[in-house]
Amino acid sequence: MSTEERGSFGTHGTGDTSGYGGLVRTEVTPGSTERPYGGYFDQVADDLERAYPDFADAIERVVVDRGELTLHIKRERLVEVSLILRDRLKFENCLGVSGVHYPADTNRELHAVYPLLSMTNNQRIRLEVSVPDSDPHIPSLVEVWAGNNWNERETFDMFGIIFDGHPGLTRILMPDDWQGHPQRKDYALGGIAVEYKGATTPPPSERRSYK
Amino acid sequence: MGLEEKLPSGFLLTSVEKLAGYMRKNSLWPATFGLACCAIEMMAAGAGRYDLARFGMEVFRASPRQADLMIVAGRVSNKMAPVLRQIYDQMAAPKWVIAMGACASSGGMFNNYAIVQGVDHVVPVDIYLPGCPPRPEMLMDAILKLHDQIYVEKLGPNRELVIKNVEAAALAALPTHQMKGLLA
Amino acid sequence: MSTYVDPYASSRETTEGTVFSVTGGDWDSLVTEIGQAKEERVVVNMGPQHPSTHGVLRLVLELEGETVTEVRCGIGYLHTGIEKNTEYRSWTQGVTFVTRMDYLSPIFNETAYCLGVEKLLGIEAPERANQIRVMMMEFNRISSHMVALGTGALELGALSPMIFCFRERERVLDIFELVSGLRMNMAYVRPGGVAQDLPKGAIAKIRETVAELRQNFKDNEKLLVGNSIWMKRTEGIGYLDLAGATTLGITGPVLRSTGLPWDLRKMQPYCGYEQYDFDVITADTCDVYGRFLIRIAELEQSLRIIEQACDKLEKSEGQPVMVEDKKIAWPSQLSVGNDGMGNSLDHIREIMGESMESLIHHFKLVTEGFRVPTGQVYAAVESPRGELGVHLVSDGGTRPYRVHFREPSFNNLQSTSAMCEGSMVADIIGAVASIDPVMGGVDR
Repeated sequence: MSTEERGSFGTHGTGDTSGYGGLVRTEVTPGSTERPYGGYFDQVADDLERAYPDFADAIERVVVDRGELTLHIKRERLVEVSLILRDRLKFENCLGVSGVHYPADTNRELHAVYPLLSMTNNQRIRLEVSVPDSDPHIPSLVEVWAGNNWNERETFDMFGIIFDGHPGLTRILMPDDWQGHPQRKDYALGGIAVEYKGATTPPPSERRSYK
Repeated sequence: MGLEEKLPSGFLLTSVEKLAGYMRKNSLWPATFGLACCAIEMMAAGAGRYDLARFGMEVFRASPRQADLMIVAGRVSNKMAPVLRQIYDQMAAPKWVIAMGACASSGGMFNNYAIVQGVDHVVPVDIYLPGCPPRPEMLMDAILKLHDQIYVEKLGPNRELVIKNVEAAALAALPTHQMKGLLA
Repeated sequence: MSTYVDPYASSRETTEGTVFSVTGGDWDSLVTEIGQAKEERVVVNMGPQHPSTHGVLRLVLELEGETVTEVRCGIGYLHTGIEKNTEYRSWTQGVTFVTRMDYLSPIFNETAYCLGVEKLLGIEAPERANQIRVMMMEFNRISSHMVALGTGALELGALSPMIFCFRERERVLDIFELVSGLRMNMAYVRPGGVAQDLPKGAIAKIRETVAELRQNFKDNEKLLVGNSIWMKRTEGIGYLDLAGATTLGITGPVLRSTGLPWDLRKMQPYCGYEQYDFDVITADTCDVYGRFLIRIAELEQSLRIIEQACDKLEKSEGQPVMVEDKKIAWPSQLSVGNDGMGNSLDHIREIMGESMESLIHHFKLVTEGFRVPTGQVYAAVESPRGELGVHLVSDGGTRPYRVHFREPSFNNLQSTSAMCEGSMVADIIGAVASIDPVMGGVDR
């Protein structure tokens, strides 16, 4: 999938006469990869397919990019696939949840990324789940990998993704009564302008900067 | 001067203010308020090479009731700010605060939603120590400057006069946005 | 204006809006609840300001006498929003932010981030840069373990090891200052290599330091290893076996104390670690004493790696320490002038007088930064606390789209409840010290 990026500077309409404002760049995100994937990824995909017959239904996309395998999964199948990955394919270690907010990706704004590690086979893969902003629910994986407890709380705190079935989904990094989810793209960085001898420097989120 | 020579030896004449200042500065006990990277440099200042014990300060009291000096070492997040204030309130007067590091003095490089932009929003600060993190020698320099400040601190009505003068000077001072410097 | 009454935060309206007072309100409601319960349960709050909780960690304990029935960790008191801050700075400036997360092992943070950026860019740092990175990482491992051992001992009541350990740490910080200019938070490892080459005479000084450290580590060992009081305080404490460790996603010395020799330097080598000869230390007692012994033994292994790195560095003298591609390599050559460290006069002469391209590269790289192609990547290193991983997402721009760190301390700290419930209050301190959490990394 590709998006068009216009301009080099982050701000628009500031009287920029440098010419960089008229640049048009095409950014191509790696799309679904076709077999063979290379390395141990084929073996992992085959094992998963064998163990989980509904593979084609649950996995939306398989991306192999920069030497890493990403399985994009539907959220309804997340727990089943995770159990199979943990028990049959021996991915006994989940290295946490990383949330990413893509406001431009309508109906799939919030992504949760789970890097998995198999110590038995020395393999790494990644699971990615996308949910819309209007319904930010993902089933919790605390029952599968207990170490995800705090990570899911952090992702909830920072992005607002609600993990159904989590034993205690509360804020963990921000104060308990904080409003908003700070690491979303629509939440301001919240800096203040710095004043020095009559000149003011705006905070980093409001300066004219490159994209 | 003349009076001391006429007295038998063993007598020392001084003023109450000087004596109090001397006593207070010479064994300041810091409260443990190490938060982040500056805390490690503070610990290094208390360790063997840069020895804070030479000032009598190697005892970092955990209980704020027993501490005189709060060295706020590290970034203060919005969640930590009430705790900071509570610890400061629990310290018994006289108490002093050193804001150690850029993050404690002004928020440092973290100009964002999570960090208090300078602990002087929360507690009154006596010495600001820049650095990221400041070397232990810089911390000792700040402590020595604080010692000088404490030594000359006045007591009683003299202190009230000093406070009144400082406040009048602050009210009449040039506002920051009018300090043009070389921009004028 | 909502009329919702928050039990955790009383609020009042002011001219500036609603002001919340968060004074640990949940504490009061918790205590009143307990007061109505039939059993004698005491709820004690340890921290966040506490001499023995490794940083701003809040532990809420439920006690029955001296035995702990429940332990809950409150974290977030050092949350700095570093991950969001990096989205507003260029990829190279991200290094300076990222280095302050886990402030006891800054080089590891930087290396993990730079490995991620290099993976996204599809470049490889030059060999000499990797050798320098390995050497700095192992020195950082030593300095981090020194703080862990020193403060762990201090928290359990042993005051001298702290001074001894900080003495060794000062020697290592001297090396950091010699090589990078700063003692802590160096921002030395940059995407594409390292910021500058080793100064003249550095390797001789490093070898001298290694010899001194090896000698002094014996002193440190004699203080605590085999010390009956220390062993009584640490043996059998903080027990966490392999099943528990893998379920909770624990890595690092805590996992190796269960007997599993999992070390990313051996299993998934990076920065050329496959060329170095060292052992992975394990223990099989799964307790605080085992982790303590592991950390002490890892110091010796780090010294071995540093010696091998020095041999390699002597052979690779004169090779570049930054990637060749001028559109990515950080442009400046640094040297020490009479006003401190900055761009060397040669470099300034070159960009101002001789080469227009160098000037353009310098300008564009410093103001705009390089562009990283779209994609996401996960890179991991073995930090002194466990697996430090970074998940980087790029949207093709000069600024990161998302930087998320998988901090080992964050995941390891979850095991406090598993380790401490059922033990006594004093054992919690030992268990937390053996996990060695760095709150800057936990809260980021």
